[in-house]
Amino acid sequence: MNDTKTQEQEVAVQDTDYVVVRIQHLKKSFGDNEVLKDINLELHKGENIVVLGRSGQGKSVTIQCIAGLMLQDEGGLEVLGKEVKEMTRDELRAMRIKVGFLFQSGALYDSMTVKENLSFPLTRVLKLNDKQEIEKRIHESLESVGLEDAIDKYPSDLSGGMRKRVGLARTLILRPEIMLYDEPTTGLDPITSREISELIVALQEKYDTSSIIITHDMLCARITADRIVVMNEGKYIATGTYDELVKSPDELVHNFFK
Amino acid sequence: MASAIISSFSRYMEIAGDQVLFTGRFARNIFRGGFEWGEFLRQCYIVGYKSIGLVGITGFIIGFVLTLQTQPTLKTFGAQSFVPSMVAISIIREIGPVIIALICAGKIASSIGAELGSMKVTEQIDAMEVSSANPVQYLVVTRILACTIMVPLLTIMADALALLGGYVGVNIQDHVSFSLFFRKSFSALEFSDVMPALIKTFFFGYAIGFVGCYKGYHSKRGTESVGLAANSAVVSASLWIILLDAIAVQITNMIVY
Repeated sequence: MNDTKTQEQEVAVQDTDYVVVRIQHLKKSFGDNEVLKDINLELHKGENIVVLGRSGQGKSVTIQCIAGLMLQDEGGLEVLGKEVKEMTRDELRAMRIKVGFLFQSGALYDSMTVKENLSFPLTRVLKLNDKQEIEKRIHESLESVGLEDAIDKYPSDLSGGMRKRVGLARTLILRPEIMLYDEPTTGLDPITSREISELIVALQEKYDTSSIIITHDMLCARITADRIVVMNEGKYIATGTYDELVKSPDELVHNFFK
Repeated sequence: MASAIISSFSRYMEIAGDQVLFTGRFARNIFRGGFEWGEFLRQCYIVGYKSIGLVGITGFIIGFVLTLQTQPTLKTFGAQSFVPSMVAISIIREIGPVIIALICAGKIASSIGAELGSMKVTEQIDAMEVSSANPVQYLVVTRILACTIMVPLLTIMADALALLGGYVGVNIQDHVSFSLFFRKSFSALEFSDVMPALIKTFFFGYAIGFVGCYKGYHSKRGTESVGLAANSAVVSASLWIILLDAIAVQITNMIVY
């Protein structure tokens, strides 16, 4: 890999920046199936990392570990300077407020309207009671994803792209410092996919977040990534910018960019 | 063979342990601040109000059919005056609570199992958890408490309609006045008939809510698991109702007689 940096080199180069997520030798198995074999990654403040890889390689498992939805078997995983495995329940709760997670399906609460979906984290997590403040935040979030008209609609009335936008608005309403995107453009047409990718970049700039984006979509990767890591068989095999990886002589890496 | 038995036993123990932990999470979250009153009342409406039709019709028909079935036999022995008291005791002590609980298991446990199962599959529960909201407090506590409170109320309503059904049944062949029928029905009932029957319906309601929530909350990924969650919620809740009824009868007999 002439034009791509190894993980060790990359860690050394960016050590001076503030690291919001640090993963060291992460391992995770489900029964006999070792999904994550040795994951090493550092996400720096303000950075967008795209993780590419074939299905079933454990890309989503990595970000689920970061969000504390599952615990790693071995290795270190620090989020905002604290080891996730050692966090108390209150610390985990506080960490999750700072880490937004956009699910592949949007995961909107289908018994609630868009407005109720957005007010849910405000009233339950931030414990806001001021109706004016709640309304203001909801309108601001919906405006930032361009969906103010959908405020009274139910998720079943929304298209796939609109659901992703509302999911994004609901996640960003808590003002997270880190965003984890699980295949944000899967199942969308190319035009909507581009719109969502551009929205991710715009919102990252507006809210000053750092992001890990799991995707198969090369258009999304090109638009959103500051840096791309390629995952294969439970390990990250290459890392670099889009332009660097396009020129990679490694066949496996090159196949993604064909 | 032995290893299969051991593995099956350990699997059952695992599930039992998991259910104990789930009960603990439920109990802890009842008393945690920020009770979800809005969702609780919505669930009471869904579990209670929306079951009135089904439970009411079932109750009425149980009383009606029980009367039609027993009246000719009692008439043979010249004991038809015992029809109201027999219907009242049978309905209030046993048939009403158990049948209504089984009907509710079919309607409510399956719907809770399917709803939470589908929320699990579509990552809605994970979304609540990952945003630091408390899905147990919002989804589980409200549903279990709504079932625990509404199933007894539905049973009381069904018992009343069953007695009305009995009155209609009696009047198909004979003529008994409304006041005489109900006076004879209530005069046959004692405190020890009504209270244990009422108390056990709270446990039936709890079992229905708990099993529905547990099965839905722990369903696996994939659409097939939603159907499985709904189906196993009904089967398990029905078994629990029968088991709890057997225990309740034994305890009542020990205390009262």
